[in-house]
Amino acid sequence: MHISGQASATSLPIGSDADLAWVRQHVRQCAAQLGFGLVQQTKLVTAASELARNTLVHGGGGHAEITPLDNGLTRGLRMRFADQGPGIRDLELAMTDGYTSGGGLGLGLSGAKRLVHEFRVDTEPGRGTTVTAVAWVAQVPASRKGLQ
Amino acid sequence: MPEQDAAESAPQVVSSFLERRREQVAQRWADALLFRSVFTLSRDEAVEACKAVVDALSEVAVSGRLEDIDAPGFGTVREQLGRMAATRARAGSTPSQIADEVAGLRVPAMDLLRDEFTDPTSAQAQESVLALTVLLGTLRLVVMETALDANSELIERQRQQLLEVATPVIKLWESTVAVPLIGTLDSARSQVVMESLLEAIVDQRARYAILDITGVPTVDSLVAQHLMKTVAAARLMGAECIVSGIRPAIAQTIVQLGIDLGSVVTRASLADALAYALGRQGIEMTRSDTGASAR
Repeated sequence: MHISGQASATSLPIGSDADLAWVRQHVRQCAAQLGFGLVQQTKLVTAASELARNTLVHGGGGHAEITPLDNGLTRGLRMRFADQGPGIRDLELAMTDGYTSGGGLGLGLSGAKRLVHEFRVDTEPGRGTTVTAVAWVAQVPASRKGLQ
Repeated sequence: MPEQDAAESAPQVVSSFLERRREQVAQRWADALLFRSVFTLSRDEAVEACKAVVDALSEVAVSGRLEDIDAPGFGTVREQLGRMAATRARAGSTPSQIADEVAGLRVPAMDLLRDEFTDPTSAQAQESVLALTVLLGTLRLVVMETALDANSELIERQRQQLLEVATPVIKLWESTVAVPLIGTLDSARSQVVMESLLEAIVDQRARYAILDITGVPTVDSLVAQHLMKTVAAARLMGAECIVSGIRPAIAQTIVQLGIDLGSVVTRASLADALAYALGRQGIEMTRSDTGASAR
């Protein structure tokens, strides 16, 4: 939809804690290159950290796809985290602040959604989960879009 | 069966060739890219290094273990080869380029070996050339293996160093300690931090503990959870925890993530945190006017 003059996507594996650090570093680098401010960079890296950890802990590992975007007006970054894990049975519950199935704070999904402009979860029990998050440079957060 | 004899003695032929032509082989190798680019200061050094490799190869050939990278003969030059490979890697050579450079030693040696035979097409000549080829292929493997070993050793050493660097607990004042956290706070690291902090609280009889996160690049919900657990554990030990070094970008991110740090005392900088801890202990700091004017 937004994509024109799209640069190449980078795919990174998520299989261990060390991979998470790599994903964070890559997102920070990309965001800085695209012209995101320091606060937005920090938000993007934090969102990436939350989502990548979900992929690792709940999805049993998978991969991250980081794509620079350009819609003609501004530049952006799309982060897609995909796993082949058990999927999310009750997405609404999973998106609730404080709900956790992994012993964390329960802010990963819902918190990451607040840190980016566009957020989308594709999941089906038993068939894995794909979370897509997009942020645009210097843009006020768009009105919250419903899921799916 | 002349051919059988030739096959059996080929390693011996190669070995005695390397001994006899040690000087010539070393001279030619010293001009090869591998040695030339490592020993840039003195050609004599390069020749010496080449001689050491020639001697090692000769020894391996005598033992007949042409294809064995663990042959004792390689032992004497293993360290030297590792250093050479490391030097090339630092200069920007990829592993395959280094392997190519080692392979570059084959042609000069092969030319010299062929000259040894009046009839280079004889069975013995061909067997010997083959034996030397195999031997140099093994040398290539030894170089690559040594380089990889050196790399993984370096990584392991750095990992250990990082863990040590990670968690110093500093006594700032009577009953006040601080931990400057640096880098990624994963589960293993935060466990180390918590342990050393709790130990310090006991050892120093600390009432106040400052966790400074200036050097933590990303504070996500897991890092926040680790921080809160550490704060709670310190509280159980009778110490009050202060989290300092929260940068503006991190503060905004924490709020949007929805993390509630309301139960934790936080300060923007380590100095503020120290001032808070001292204030709570009834310690006041005043500038001494006489001290300034007396000088």
